[in-house]
Amino acid sequence: MSKIKCQCGHENPFGTVLCEKCGRPLTDEAKKSEMVDMRYEGSARRSQTYKKSVIDKIWNFFSSVKIGVSIIIAVLTTSAIGTIFPQKFYVPVSGNDPSEYLEYYERLYGTVGKLYYQLGFYDMYNSWWFKILIGMLGTSIIIASLDRVIPLYKSLTKQRTKRHPSFMKRQRIYGESDVSDSDESLKNAEKALKDLHYKVKVEDGAILAEKNRFGRWGPYVNHTGLIIFLLGVLMRGIPGFYVDETMWIREGETREIPGAPGYLLENVDFSVETYSQGEADEVFGEALEKNGAIVSEFKSDVKLYKEKEGSLPGSSDVEFMKEYPIIVNKPLKFDGYSIFQMDYKTGELKTMTFSLMNKKTEQSVGEFTVDLNEPAKEYDLGNGTSIELMEYFADYDGIVDGQPSSKSPIPNNPAFIFNMKTPEHPDGEKSFVAIRQTLEVEPNDYEAKFLSAETRDASGLTIRKDKTLYILLLGGIVFMIGVIQGSYWQHRRIWIQKGSGSEMIIAGHTNKNWYTLKKDLDKVKEVATLPAYTDKQDKEAVIDTTEGETK
Amino acid sequence: MDYAALSANLLLVSFIAYLVGTFFFGGAVKVSKTEKTYKDSMWGKIGIVVTIIGFVSQLGYFITRWIASGHAPVSNMFEFTTAFSMMLVGSFILIFFIYKTPSLGLFALPIAIVIIAYASMFPREITPLIPALKSYWLTVHVITAALGESILAISAVAGLIYLAKNVDLTKKSKERFWLEAVMFTVVLVLGFVVSSTAFSLSGYEADFTYVDKNGKASEMTYNMPPLFGMSEYEQLTTDTMKPWFEMPAIVNAKTLTTFVWSLFTGIILYILIRLIFRRPIAALLQPFAKKANSQLMDEIGYRSVLIGFPVFTLGALIFAMIWAHEAWSRFWGWDPKEVWALITWLFYAAFLHLRLSQGWEGKKSAWLAVAGFVIIMFNLVAVNLIIAGLHSYA
Repeated sequence: MSKIKCQCGHENPFGTVLCEKCGRPLTDEAKKSEMVDMRYEGSARRSQTYKKSVIDKIWNFFSSVKIGVSIIIAVLTTSAIGTIFPQKFYVPVSGNDPSEYLEYYERLYGTVGKLYYQLGFYDMYNSWWFKILIGMLGTSIIIASLDRVIPLYKSLTKQRTKRHPSFMKRQRIYGESDVSDSDESLKNAEKALKDLHYKVKVEDGAILAEKNRFGRWGPYVNHTGLIIFLLGVLMRGIPGFYVDETMWIREGETREIPGAPGYLLENVDFSVETYSQGEADEVFGEALEKNGAIVSEFKSDVKLYKEKEGSLPGSSDVEFMKEYPIIVNKPLKFDGYSIFQMDYKTGELKTMTFSLMNKKTEQSVGEFTVDLNEPAKEYDLGNGTSIELMEYFADYDGIVDGQPSSKSPIPNNPAFIFNMKTPEHPDGEKSFVAIRQTLEVEPNDYEAKFLSAETRDASGLTIRKDKTLYILLLGGIVFMIGVIQGSYWQHRRIWIQKGSGSEMIIAGHTNKNWYTLKKDLDKVKEVATLPAYTDKQDKEAVIDTTEGETK
Repeated sequence: MDYAALSANLLLVSFIAYLVGTFFFGGAVKVSKTEKTYKDSMWGKIGIVVTIIGFVSQLGYFITRWIASGHAPVSNMFEFTTAFSMMLVGSFILIFFIYKTPSLGLFALPIAIVIIAYASMFPREITPLIPALKSYWLTVHVITAALGESILAISAVAGLIYLAKNVDLTKKSKERFWLEAVMFTVVLVLGFVVSSTAFSLSGYEADFTYVDKNGKASEMTYNMPPLFGMSEYEQLTTDTMKPWFEMPAIVNAKTLTTFVWSLFTGIILYILIRLIFRRPIAALLQPFAKKANSQLMDEIGYRSVLIGFPVFTLGALIFAMIWAHEAWSRFWGWDPKEVWALITWLFYAAFLHLRLSQGWEGKKSAWLAVAGFVIIMFNLVAVNLIIAGLHSYA
């Protein structure tokens, strides 16, 4: 494409609206307008210049802020929809059975809930279309920024001190009038502007005072931060970069840590503390009386072990690493992993002790204890008496299809089928024993009578490893730098130059905060004789000054 | 020293100071012809002095309560909302010293007053922290987020003034309707305050048992006559009214009852206002907004978003993510409160982009600022009370 040659002699790239050097309007539209669009200094943006090929069209689509905002609104709206009902991961349904989820949403939220499930809103943030939206947002951020930042940079570095009057006239802040001694005015203005910390350039009876140009790059810096952040999120898909596992570990247990091969964790002790009314009475008394006990802390005292190098997986050849009390907000950290205290269960059944009774004599012939996590097959009571544990249901859930069933391996509601072998019945008498329930096929002579149970606490832990965290943090920091740079520093420019004869013209531009730009100009005007200026956008200014002064 | 009692008194002092401050800013607007002649007005000077006294007193409330409880007083609905109102006034004072505009005070202080009144309807006793909240990030995250939100709220105040001035109230229009709708919402909050206070003064209590959505038997005490009963409720108190309707388990009938009573009281209040003044509330406010300079209000609206957006990002997203990672093991979990913070952030991002490149200034920008405040309030009120999530501490 051909270059556009301005009257000042500068060759501008095709598509330029305002000459990069002198600011003369180059297009018919700009020539006709009263105020020029200064957002990108009237530079030639690719999206505004090339519109033919498919690549141009894609580029132009994503570089449009209108499209960008539409994507933002789409993400915003769909995100809001996702909060109407709880998302899949907050629903108390275990396993991955879709029909159970459907049942859950339908039972609680009726037809709307069913629809919510069927439209995929119940797991919205993981849906393909939500991910595509985020991808489009990322693309839009990259393309829209590139489309603007490069030409903007070029124009701002090429700008000349002396501008053409047609450029000045089309600024929002503009003033012209005759001044008695324009050289004196220029000199005073230069000093005043320097006192206001402007960078002042003087050239041939013209002043360009500029401040905080770097604020102009803020948006592009913060967009870079966002892109780094999104890349970080993408990288979690790489194997080994991200681990997210949970484990339940009971007091006294030692278990391999899921997701962290080679490491073992022992739960030495788990404890829950509450704010007791006595000591906390003075301050929290009213609240404790109203709400009952409030938990103040739950803690797992753990020991971390590592399998020795060269040892077989699962071998007991381990090396003690460290001891640590895990509480909420204070995870155990090692080798890039973090283990978080998330949940707990108190009073989980550990063992149950039974006594074998002769129903007639009501005499005990012996006691036996069943370890509910690792039950033995047979319990020998001596004297030719033994108990065979035929079947065990850790979490008995009633009879399903004529068979007793267990809904989980956790001993929440243990049930047993015992075969009681006694000298009278060497083949045994069968009995189904659950909590507060004993069923017999035929009337038995003996029964296993529940004596006592031992409980223990279980700690719910989450294991995480996230190598992307530092990338995300970097993204966040870069974003903050950019957004502060762009929001708290405004790029202000003031042009003052001699016109024909004793005329002087002034113009001002800022990318934001016109109020302070005007205040700066007023300060300069106190020292230097300069033309009065008007703010073309403040239609009420006239009323303010005229009426205001009559008070 | 009894810090808790002192703290309550200081809050009361600030509440009264804001009322008095509003009155003086009203005077300032009335006597000065325009925004610019304000400098001569004694009313405005007294107004800002009284406001600062109120703010210092509220700061005193905050500090003494902090000492009394041992943690930053931002851990439940009452504490957070009160802190938010304090920062709103603080942001107003900051913006006031940049722009010297009494109109902003005339509108910002009443909003702070309504927010304090709203906060006071929630349990005010000092509660100990649950394990998840025991972290210095509570202080850092919540205070920064509230500060960001309060600065963003100033933009809505400026927007409201802009609209009150520039919307033509003589002709029927969508704009007129929505402006009045905003006013009505404020009256609704007052309805909530009035009905809650009235029933709590009368000591009303009605006890129920019910079955919650997980099928567990629970108990509940209503402090307002129960219009709606919980799922499978049984009344324990005999001398109180019987609920009109029974609600399904997913609906919190107590919240619904409170809402309907507030709505009912709010509507009566609104009708009374209309009957007494024979004009829409927006029209009543218009003369007070007329003196404001539109360009300045637009500028303040934009500037406060510019100042508030980075603070909000830092507090409500970045600090939030860091803490969430420490406490809940993940930096982001699509919890409703998190999502609504993201929505707020996206909304203001859209606001900035629309303003920068689509030239949405003036009325459009003012409407967006008001809508942004509605989203912030939704996140504060509705997400805490209606949508259950990890942040439902109050």
